[in-house]
Parts: sequence; C-alpha cells; structure tokens
Amino acid sequence: MSEKKNAKIVVVTSGKGGVGKTTSTAALGAALAQEGQSVAVVDFDIGLRNLDLMMGAERRVIFDLINVIQGNANLSQALIKDKRLENLYLLPASQTRDKNALTEKGVLQVMEQLRSRFDWVICDSPAGIERGAVLAMKHADIAVIIANPEISSVRDSDRIIGLLDSKTERAKKGQEVEKHLLITRYDTVRAGTGEMLAIDDVSEVLSIPLLGIIPESREVLSASNLGVPVPISNPASLPAKAYVEAARRLCGEDIEVTLPVSKKKLFANWFGGRAA
Amino acid sequence: MLTQTRSSFNFHGRSFLAFVLTPSAPLHEWLLELDDRAAQTSDFFASRPLIVDLSKIELTKLELNSFLLQLQTRNFRLISVEGVDPSWLAPALEPLPGGKNTPYPSQESSRAEHAEKATEIQSLTLATPLRSGQSIYFPNGDVSISGSVASGAEIVCGGSVHVYGSLRGRAIAGSANNTTARIFCRKFEAELIVIGGFLKSSDSFDPDLYGKPVQAWLEENTIMLKIME
Ligand SMILES: Nc1ncnc2c1ncn2[C@@H]1O[C@H](COP(=O)(O)OP(=O)(O)O)[C@@H](O)[C@H]1O
Ligand SMILES: [Mg+2]
Repeated sequence: MSEKKNAKIVVVTSGKGGVGKTTSTAALGAALAQEGQSVAVVDFDIGLRNLDLMMGAERRVIFDLINVIQGNANLSQALIKDKRLENLYLLPASQTRDKNALTEKGVLQVMEQLRSRFDWVICDSPAGIERGAVLAMKHADIAVIIANPEISSVRDSDRIIGLLDSKTERAKKGQEVEKHLLITRYDTVRAGTGEMLAIDDVSEVLSIPLLGIIPESREVLSASNLGVPVPISNPASLPAKAYVEAARRLCGEDIEVTLPVSKKKLFANWFGGRAA
Repeated sequence: MLTQTRSSFNFHGRSFLAFVLTPSAPLHEWLLELDDRAAQTSDFFASRPLIVDLSKIELTKLELNSFLLQLQTRNFRLISVEGVDPSWLAPALEPLPGGKNTPYPSQESSRAEHAEKATEIQSLTLATPLRSGQSIYFPNGDVSISGSVASGAEIVCGGSVHVYGSLRGRAIAGSANNTTARIFCRKFEAELIVIGGFLKSSDSFDPDLYGKPVQAWLEENTIMLKIME
C-alpha cells in the first residue's frame, strides 16, 4: 500500500432494508480482492453495523469510522485487515454513536485518504434516504443498486437512483455516477410460479445496466453466519459465482448475465421429464 | 406537518403541488422561521416548487433583490413571485399565468417585449427517466420525456404531457385550468392523471388500457381515455 492509488469509490445502496446490501458489499469486496485488487469495505450503517459480522471481524474492531472522523484514531489504526485475503480491509461503523457524528467534512477526509490507498473503496449504505444514506453515496463514482424482484424494493431503488442524480458530488459537478443494477435474492422456484417480478421488468423499470443476478441461497445465509463472504466460503456455489462475475463486470469485463440456475438441477428436470 | 403555529407563515396548496409562501415583516425574522421549519421538514421545501406572495409587505427593489438572493442561497425551487411590480423580476419569476389573485394589473408591455415572448421556448424536454420521488413543474407549456415516469414521480405542467416511455406515476396537464391540454404516453400504467383540474385515479381506469399506448383529454369536464392505434 505504499504507492499512491486512485480508487474507484463504489456505494452499495437500495433505499429498502434487508435486500442484501451488506451481504453484497462483503461479497463484492472479497471477489475483487480475490482478483488481486486492493479493497476497503466501509460500513456506513452507524448504530446498526453488520459488515464486521459478515466479514468475521467483529471481535477485532477497536477503532471505527467515527473515531477516525473525530480524530481519535488514524485511518491505519481503524482499518482491519482480513484474515484470509491480504489486500482486503474493513473500516467498521460505530455501533454506539449516533449517526449525527458522521459529518460531511469528516466523510470527505476519510474518503480522500481511502482513495489514495486502495484500488476499490466499497461503501455499505444504511437503508433509507436520509442523511446516512446520502453521506454514503456522496463521493461515489459508481453505484451498485441492490433490488429484490418485488415491487416495493424496485420503487425504493428508483428513488435512490434519483438521489444519486441529485445529491452526490458527481451530480453537483454535472457528472454522472455510473450505475449498475444487482438483483439479489432471486428465487428460481418462485420465479416459476410468477410470485416474483421478472428480471426484464425490473431492468425495464429501473433502466440501468444489469450487473448480475444473485440467487436466493442457503449458502449466503451460512456464509454470513460463519462470517466469511460467500466467494471465499464456497467459491463453487451459485451465489459465489454470481458475485465473482458481477465483480469482474465492475472491472469492465464483458460477461453475459445469465440466470443463476444450477446445471445439475436443469439436468435433473430434463431426465425427470423424460422418465415420466 | 403543515399546521401552522403562527399566522405569519401561511401556505396554501395551489396548482395542486406548488406552495405559496406569504412572508411578513420583518423579513429577516421571517427567514429565520423559514429556516427553522425547513430544518424540521428536511427536504420538504427543496422538493416542492414555491411561489412567494409579497403582497402583504412593502419592499423597495433593492430589498426585493436581497430577499430573493436569500431564498436562492437556500436552494428552494422558487418558480414565481407575486405581489410586486413584475418589471422588477427576472422573466422566469414573473407571476404565473392563470394565478387567481395577482394583485398587479398586467403592465403595458412594449412591442419589443411581445416579440421576445413569442420566441420564448414553451416546452421542456427531458432525456432522462423521471425517478420515484422526483417532480417536474413547468407551468409554461408542454413537457416531453423520452424515458419513463416512475411510480411515485410526477409531472405538472401548464400544457400537454408526452411520455415516450411508460407513465407509471402522475401526470398533471393543463395545470393553469388549461382544458385543452392532453396526456400522451407509450405505455399507460399511471397512478393518477389530471387535466385542467379534473382528476382520474387508477382505480377508475379501464383495465384494458393498462400497458397500452394511451391518450387522455377532457370532454365536458370528464377525462376521456383511448388507446392510440
Ligand atoms: N442471496 C441471498 N440468499 C439468501 N439470503 C440472503 C441473500 N442475500 C441476503 N440474504 C439475507 O438477507 C438478510 C439481509 O441481508 P443484508 O445483506 O443484511 O441486507 P441489507 O444490508 O440490505 O439490510 C440477511 O439475513 C442475509 O443473510
Ligand atoms: Mg445492511
């Protein structure tokens, strides 16, 4: 981390809670680090921090983002190095302070420092459209908008896209924040019964490019219980592959987006159909 | 949220969505109160078009300018100022046409000014989709949008609304009682439409219209809708 870098700042955001922002921040961070990029994942969810748990670092948190902002610790002291990937770091949120401790000036200073030290800075946004969410997106170059294939999530994401176009530094300079749609918790079974919105409908409503489709999967749950992002805990699993591909698309690779359906399952259905 | 504790601070809903502020003297105190209120209701002022009605106070041109500057620094979407000599105002802030109680009789305008008015652009074109929570207010004419209007977004305009994507939010055409305004969209999934003050909401739309290219107009105070071939 000695030479000066110029990171891309990514915000993972959605408006709605519980859609998979924190899970995706951890997974994309891990996947980018696996590709050899240096990555900092930053928890902006002050008072409801989760990213430390998903990264398995909760017992190693000493200083946090607010400490850095208030000058009680410097950035190097607060950054926690991942145990498995040496170029992956976590800047945790404060669990005890309230979100007013997050100042605009403080956030700017921390972001500038992070930008000069990493290839990627990934900010996990709190839910909502209030101050915390706005500060998390403020300095973003790229936004990964998380949506579940259901109507309330899609509308909240649409609202967030509007904020990205008006409240970010880029918007204020007349530039655009690069936006990508990541559909998470896609359930193949429910998709078949028409209980979920179709991917095409979600993309059409939000009209931003699709970064990937992450399946609803037990692997994701067990990964977060283990405190290991899914691309590390089970690289062969469908969600891990989907996250890795999404990360590679973020780096500019041109990979076709496919529905996350296992080959085994497809074959099983096929043979099942024939035998009947 | 809008119940007022002091009579000096009045809003009335007008043109559906614009709000009228009626400042009272002394203005610096009124501004402090406005800031207070804006802080409590965070985005409320920033997201609503505002009309300022100054008919209750006496102002010099200089005082007016400094007051408008004060409002400008607060990032409000000031769309019109009423109750002052219109010649003191920048063209964009002149009283709205159709506003009911503009206290100043319209000024004799010179031929040159007339000529200028005629060449003024009377339409607004948007090349980006209108997102949930965003609203466009354009009292001067038509609005065309090449993308979609999201659920929870709204267009309010004095003329007709043209949506080349899907209309999923609200379209309010002919806001200044313009009953000849129309609404056109490529895919009709609207939540609410209003023409010339007459309203129709989604529960009264014929389900056959859903997702179709539709135009809406006013006929004897009733909104008519039909699929465009
Ligand atoms: N693809 C997925 N499959 C199954 N569970 C998921 C998936 N993505 C997220 N979850 C679960 O959903 C819950 C909310 O996810 P989280 O990432 O905390 O959302 P957010 O940060 O948007 O509030 C967590 O319990 C998480 O394990
Ligand atoms: Mg979260």
